[in-house]
Amino acid sequence: MRLEPVRDASLARRLGLPLLALAVTVVVASVLARLAGADPFATLGLILKGAAGSKFALLETLNRATPLIFTGLAVAVAFRAKLWNIGAEAQLYAGALMTVLVGTQLGLPGPVAIPAMALAAILAGALVLLGPAVLKLRLGVDEVVTTLLLNFIMLLVISMLLEGPLKDPMGMGWPKSPPIPRDARLPRLIEGLRLHWGFGLALIAAVSVWLIQIRTTLGYEIRAVGLNPQAARFAGIPVNRVIVKTALLSGGLAALAGFSEVAGLKGNLTLDLSPGFGYTGIVVAMLALLHPLGVVVSAIFVAGVFVGANSMSRAADVPTYIADISVAVALLSMVLAILLTKFRVVRG
Amino acid sequence: MEILDILLSASFWAAVLRIASPLIFATMGELICERAGVLNLGIEGIMVAGAFAGWMAVYAGLGLWPGLLVALLTGMAFGALHGLLTVPFGLSQHVVGLGITMLATSSAYYAYRLSLPEVTSPPRIEPFQPVHIPGLSDLPFFGEALFSQTALTYLAFATVIAVALILYRTPLGLALRAAGENPSAVEAQGLSVTAIRIGAVMAGSGLMAMGGAFLTMSAFSSFFFEMVNGRGWICIALVVFGAWRPGKALVGALLFAGFDALQIRLQQTPLGADIPYQVFLMVPYALSILALVLMSRRAEVPAALMTPYNRGDR
Amino acid sequence: MPDLRPVVLKLEGITKRFGTLTANDAIGFALHKGEVLALLGENGAGKTTLMNILFGHYTADAGTVEVMGQALPPGQPGAALAAGVGMVHQHFTLAGNLTVTENILIGTRPLWRGGLGRAEARARIAALSRDFGLAVHPEAKVRTLSVGECQRVEILKALYRDARVLILDEPTAVLTPQETDALFATLKKAVAQGLSIIFISHKLHEVMAVSDRVIVLRHGRVAGEVATADTDRHRLAEMMVGAEVRLPAPSLARPGAALMELDAVSTPPEGTRPGLKSVSLALRAGQITGLAGVSGNGQGALADLVSGLVAPSAGRFEVAGARVERWSPRAALQAGVGRIPEDRHATGSIADFTLTENAVLEDYARPPYSRRGWMNWRAARAHAEKIIKDYDVRCPGSEARIRLLSGGNMQKLILGRALETAPRIILANQPVRGLDIGALTYVQDRLIAARDGGAAVLLISEDLDEILALSDVIHVMSEGRLSPGFPRGTKTPAELGVWMAGQGFDHAA
Repeated sequence: MRLEPVRDASLARRLGLPLLALAVTVVVASVLARLAGADPFATLGLILKGAAGSKFALLETLNRATPLIFTGLAVAVAFRAKLWNIGAEAQLYAGALMTVLVGTQLGLPGPVAIPAMALAAILAGALVLLGPAVLKLRLGVDEVVTTLLLNFIMLLVISMLLEGPLKDPMGMGWPKSPPIPRDARLPRLIEGLRLHWGFGLALIAAVSVWLIQIRTTLGYEIRAVGLNPQAARFAGIPVNRVIVKTALLSGGLAALAGFSEVAGLKGNLTLDLSPGFGYTGIVVAMLALLHPLGVVVSAIFVAGVFVGANSMSRAADVPTYIADISVAVALLSMVLAILLTKFRVVRG
Repeated sequence: MEILDILLSASFWAAVLRIASPLIFATMGELICERAGVLNLGIEGIMVAGAFAGWMAVYAGLGLWPGLLVALLTGMAFGALHGLLTVPFGLSQHVVGLGITMLATSSAYYAYRLSLPEVTSPPRIEPFQPVHIPGLSDLPFFGEALFSQTALTYLAFATVIAVALILYRTPLGLALRAAGENPSAVEAQGLSVTAIRIGAVMAGSGLMAMGGAFLTMSAFSSFFFEMVNGRGWICIALVVFGAWRPGKALVGALLFAGFDALQIRLQQTPLGADIPYQVFLMVPYALSILALVLMSRRAEVPAALMTPYNRGDR
Repeated sequence: MPDLRPVVLKLEGITKRFGTLTANDAIGFALHKGEVLALLGENGAGKTTLMNILFGHYTADAGTVEVMGQALPPGQPGAALAAGVGMVHQHFTLAGNLTVTENILIGTRPLWRGGLGRAEARARIAALSRDFGLAVHPEAKVRTLSVGECQRVEILKALYRDARVLILDEPTAVLTPQETDALFATLKKAVAQGLSIIFISHKLHEVMAVSDRVIVLRHGRVAGEVATADTDRHRLAEMMVGAEVRLPAPSLARPGAALMELDAVSTPPEGTRPGLKSVSLALRAGQITGLAGVSGNGQGALADLVSGLVAPSAGRFEVAGARVERWSPRAALQAGVGRIPEDRHATGSIADFTLTENAVLEDYARPPYSRRGWMNWRAARAHAEKIIKDYDVRCPGSEARIRLLSGGNMQKLILGRALETAPRIILANQPVRGLDIGALTYVQDRLIAARDGGAAVLLISEDLDEILALSDVIHVMSEGRLSPGFPRGTKTPAELGVWMAGQGFDHAA
């Protein structure tokens, strides 16, 4: 078999194939539910209800989507430049760490503390990705492996700090940081609703990244470098500088996920702050085809799957990992579907 | 000199071989894939799946060796999926690899929860036992250091020899090495790049799964979450460190295991007590990054690594 | 007189469509034992598609292939090979990490068999090398070989498999005249031993020199078939392009000041590619400077220097009379260098960018296309539309992706992008390679017009006829060294060939 480009893909092809990918995901999820001895329809219904069946469920989904929007944007920005940042997890924790440090150690008043925490977080996340980016550019070290390994190192650093200098003396021995003061927390987005300003910030970030991509020279450069670095270099685009800028932007965005989780939701830093938001960000970005606004939609979708599966698993006896499998299947079938909108399989 | 004492103890060297074994299996697996031109980032998840599948098979009543076979086949199945998506379809090896890791990991966890819904601590199986080799195992020092391992450790070393022989001494290995360097050299000689690459990814994934199975069937005797803990990523670094050669990769795995065994022992010395244990746990990851940096200058990367091949367009 | 020798390869009614494009339209011909058949045609005439069908990489929509009277099963890459048809591709199909022997051995034994049989193989390769005049070290890593040696390995690969039919795709493109002669000698030996040869080319004098019979392909069809003895270059050229070929005949140049000057400039080598070795050259206003040479002899290094990708490691380098301190692609653009790169797909454009985005690739960072980091897409689009109109770029519109364009239209956009800035210096690296005759003359006329407008043009080409027709002064490169400049009409192709083989330099130095 061979792949042949499809020149003018029909609307049916462009919409039908991604829908088919979603259908495959649903079928796999149904089979998994069946394996667990549950009724597939009931299970899917429970997931849907848990994700969006009530105001509470919906807000829970949006809260869960918030960090995913940030990490999804981080991955989308980096992947556009073919900078394979698989280290959003480490950047997230770097951001969370700086948020807690600035929030608890400097004693700044609330209105000053919040922007200061955010800035410190962005800086830390950017620096964490700067290392792998420089190693890639200077020595040709593959950033996939370095960013992956940094995830493990960062978690150990956090663990060390939480059991050492950053340990909350009131924490009854648990490895967690002291909480940041009340007035340094992100306010509710809408009074009375359990949704914090982190979500608003995530939406602003998505729109900003989108504007950067389509309206600025940096966005133009990032896309050029990602699509054809050789042509970009020939045309006088400073390729290395663009990759460094991309790394700073991407790392900073991922760090905001950590900032928003600490300052908006949790209030302190623990080792389970992120159940893999950094890795899930890759799925979010890919499902969105790296489009910044698409990231918002796909983050809410993925968050819904996780939140829904969580609540379903309490009601029916199906392990929550059904959500992880479904998301992985959605990723793989979606990238295949997108490919098949552009190429058709021909014999010989 | 605590370090010297450690280095002179037979148990240290036995530990080195034990720690190295899963890495050797998985590193050889990754090496085969990359030599054929496919980066397999599914390695981490495939190790988890292999660890679970082998252990579960034994727990369910199969013998140890059939259990190992189950692990191997599980790995090959994920390898087949990876190969299908990345070779004929030419999808991004980064994205597919990470997707396979997520899929394999969560599938193993799901299956674990399904089969053992109520347990709080995972049940143990009777793992592979050290093999007594008449004569060798009774040698002073060396007997304990080198010849008191389980069959799987010896199998790991045999795997290195087998991989080296196949790569450098058979027509298959020749075609495989050519496929990773210039696939059209293979196609022009009438062989199928697609078949060779998918075959390599399946075989490599099988070895990765055996590396995972070593953890549950020889090292720990039970399955728990996060047990692979980045070993797959470390193996990718080891392939680079070994310059895509089985022998050098073996040296890398042993060196690496040596540092790992050393840090475990240093933690228990008075010197180690003053240093947070996390610093020691960081050593493997930091070493991997260091290895990548050191090798970056003289790496002989297979030229067609990560380049999909579409027949006809040259 | 009908050829009574047995037919070894027969193609009948081969048709292949890609979407609306018919790449091969009912192509048929027969190849006889001991014959050299030339397959002549422009780029895009359907030669490559035909070979891909013969070798099973594509399946034909209609038609049959017979080898020694046996029909080949379609779509099976191994079938032609097994039937005794060997191919020497234009882009070598060799693995650089393996030795010569190993490359020849790939796929010759059952995969699961132990052992490679290196010793026997080495002996056979040595015998074949001797019999056919193909000197190459069997244990050398292919990565270390020259292009000429690589080609010999490719021929050995086919002979090792007992090929009875040898197909060579543009085999001389990468060879010096001397290596070409050696290749022709090898082909003569092969024919004498009863092999048959298909020689694919677009170089008329080679076709005349080596073949017994010529089949001309045009737009996917057989446009004519003729015995070589009964024809000449002009008639073949006419058959090939379907009209009389017009070589441009520019008026006399009026050279002005040197706009770019190299004085004993060297650049570092890049991989196996040589750098410049103490090159002195002046690009003068109002003059086309032609650079001839066998590909891979430092033309790339000179092009990289002029376009800003590489800075000199030694020597004096002046642009517009001022010594260059910092040199980069952007510096070159600012100094008024317009660049047409060798590879329009890999270097000259970004396939998934629109025409608009490609049109401002070199200027996006300055007004009116951007201000303070913000793009002005309206200005960019206007710029693209002006180029599309002025340079006759046929396209669906300025917002279409450039990958949809034909090579000629893509090149016109790149040409327009470079010329719109009214550059003082123009680098034209293989500007017409692969273009059809219409686009080719268009591009050449534009370059001549730019020269007449006072620009200094550096034209790099492997096509000696093109260099001779267009250049006011010709330099030859060999292994990174540059010959003195020969004014128009002072050197014959044969004399330039001597320089291309590297033979004049020692006297000149």
